[in-house]
Amino acid sequence: MPDTDLLPRLGAFARLLHDSGIEAGPRRLTDATRALTYIDLKREADFRGALRSVFVGRKEDIPTFEAAFDIFWAPPDPRITAGAIPGRSRPLRMSPERAAAWSAALGLSSSQMSREQEARSEPATSSGYSAEELLRQKDFEEMTWDETEQVRRLLEQAAWRVAERRTRRMRAGKTGRIDLRRSARHAIRSSGELMQLFRRKPRLRRRPLVLICDVSGSMERYSRLLMIFAYAIARREDLEAFVFSTRLTRITRQLRQRDLDKALEAVSKGVHDFSGGTRIGDALADFNRHWARRVLGHGAVVIIVSDGWDRGDPAQLTAELIHLRRSAHRLVWLNPLIGSEGYQPLTRGMAAALPYCDDFLAAHNVQALDDLGRLLAGLGRRSTRV
Amino acid sequence: MQTGGTLLRVGTAGPASINEIGDVEARLRERRYIGDRSLATAIFLALKLDKPLFIEGEAGVGKTEAAKVMAEVLDARLIRLQCYEGIDLAHAVYEWNYPRQLLHIRLLDETQDRRAAEREIFSPEFLLRRPLLDAIDNNDPVPPVLLIDEIDRSDEEFEAFLLELLSDFQVSIPELGTIKAKRPPFVVITSNRTREVHDALKRRCLYHWIDYPNLEKEVEIVRARAPEAADGLAREVAALVQGLRGMDLYKVPGVAETLDWARSLAALGATRIDSSLVDATLGAALKYQEDLERVREKVPAMVEKARGA
Repeated sequence: MPDTDLLPRLGAFARLLHDSGIEAGPRRLTDATRALTYIDLKREADFRGALRSVFVGRKEDIPTFEAAFDIFWAPPDPRITAGAIPGRSRPLRMSPERAAAWSAALGLSSSQMSREQEARSEPATSSGYSAEELLRQKDFEEMTWDETEQVRRLLEQAAWRVAERRTRRMRAGKTGRIDLRRSARHAIRSSGELMQLFRRKPRLRRRPLVLICDVSGSMERYSRLLMIFAYAIARREDLEAFVFSTRLTRITRQLRQRDLDKALEAVSKGVHDFSGGTRIGDALADFNRHWARRVLGHGAVVIIVSDGWDRGDPAQLTAELIHLRRSAHRLVWLNPLIGSEGYQPLTRGMAAALPYCDDFLAAHNVQALDDLGRLLAGLGRRSTRV
Repeated sequence: MQTGGTLLRVGTAGPASINEIGDVEARLRERRYIGDRSLATAIFLALKLDKPLFIEGEAGVGKTEAAKVMAEVLDARLIRLQCYEGIDLAHAVYEWNYPRQLLHIRLLDETQDRRAAEREIFSPEFLLRRPLLDAIDNNDPVPPVLLIDEIDRSDEEFEAFLLELLSDFQVSIPELGTIKAKRPPFVVITSNRTREVHDALKRRCLYHWIDYPNLEKEVEIVRARAPEAADGLAREVAALVQGLRGMDLYKVPGVAETLDWARSLAALGATRIDSSLVDATLGAALKYQEDLERVREKVPAMVEKARGA
């Protein structure tokens, strides 16, 4: 080790990364220690690059890593806090207690790591509706314990599972194509005589689900129920979940929490625009460009939950829906308003969307969600679209 | 000189002539691969720490190319495993050559010992070696470069198997026993991120994200990889693509598209771009009808801007 001081500092840096949500276990710390023996520590870019290649495991973690690196290894001089050096003023997200502890340990002013600063640094969009985008954290605790339990129980007991599709992976079966490999193997045991033909057929897998939920103001009274619904599905199916109001946020990871309350808390912390305005077209455009290729493989079923009260451009919504429908196995639109009496899909967004959805269903109560479940269970192995 | 006993190796991993990041950088450049210093750092450390390198990036930023060039730099054999949904051990590791075995066993004399015959047909001679076995059971003077391409296309079962393989570099073939790598290959894994690869696998690797290059770098890349394009053309095409990347498109063009585009224009005899040429060759860069439509109307303005770049 070139520098005996470096090891404990590296350990502390790993803890900082850990507290910011990057996995920095002993294996990575060991790798980092080894890596640093090979590089010229005086070159900051190489030092940074070496630690990045060891500690970062996915693209999303890169900004967090850079922020942590800046804060830890390059203690700020006054110009930094004044924003004079671009890219060096990024705050680091972590729980408030942790942030306080770290800023004390590193001798920083707490504002450098705090969450408020990040909230302020969110780019303000030019749209008039973003004024409605309330950067507040929605409190899920308002839902009574009874309600929560009831919904959870009903969903957990629901008899349906998402329909299966054929995969390219094969397994042994009584019917299907001849499995030459196994048949030949057996034939060899009987001196090359083909005594028995073995067969194989495609293995079946449940289709992945992609849930895109509207949590804007007009959907406010349903959003809690929908999050519970999403959580319940995530427990048993392969689910990718997103919410949007003025912009799209992925909540898949948050929903993976084992405990419902923790999951809901994580979602409400991660989503900054609960009950804001609605721009469905923008949200779907974002989805199509940044997520579709990643989450729509393997014949996914896409479920959009929204009342269709859209402030955006209907032409854009139509164009994005057409694209989305082409890349999904099936596109389902759930509308909580269908449940209300005399409802007709007359909102601008809904009228634009209707012709491009495969299914259009209600979603105002648990019964309606159960109907959805039956639809999902009934989807064929091949495309049944007409 | 070595005087009997075991071979002592000093500075175990990587060729002796690669001692610092700059060496990797220079060697990549010699072979006309223009990469970041951070990519060179990741490659350098992967060699020194004997760890697989996991490269992610959008399609067409040169992930596969990096592995190919690395093989050249190390003067090693490149073994490529292209992943796809449903890839299994029979396609990735080994398979017995059943037709040949059957034929062989039928030609055997009735009197011959059955056991001996079985041993014979389950010998390496009847083994079809697939890329992973090839990479592990190698006698190369320099360990080969094993490129596991587009791992995101394979499924979780295969990923789990790879995880095991990468931890001890050995393969068990029931009829032959365990084969362990004498010298493990240098492993490069690429992913287009069509799905998230499991953390456990990533934990074994060093990670690098290849971003789109900036204008200067992209011009340099075009000059290096598409030398048939005139200097002015290279710059203008790179500027056009940089402009396209800033637009709201379903699929923004990668570096591979920039190169295709520059080559197409050069093939048409162009030394500068103009609206009609760009319009005619736009399909080299954009692969979605909606994107083409959206961009077509803006071509004159974009050409003007790119010519000024």
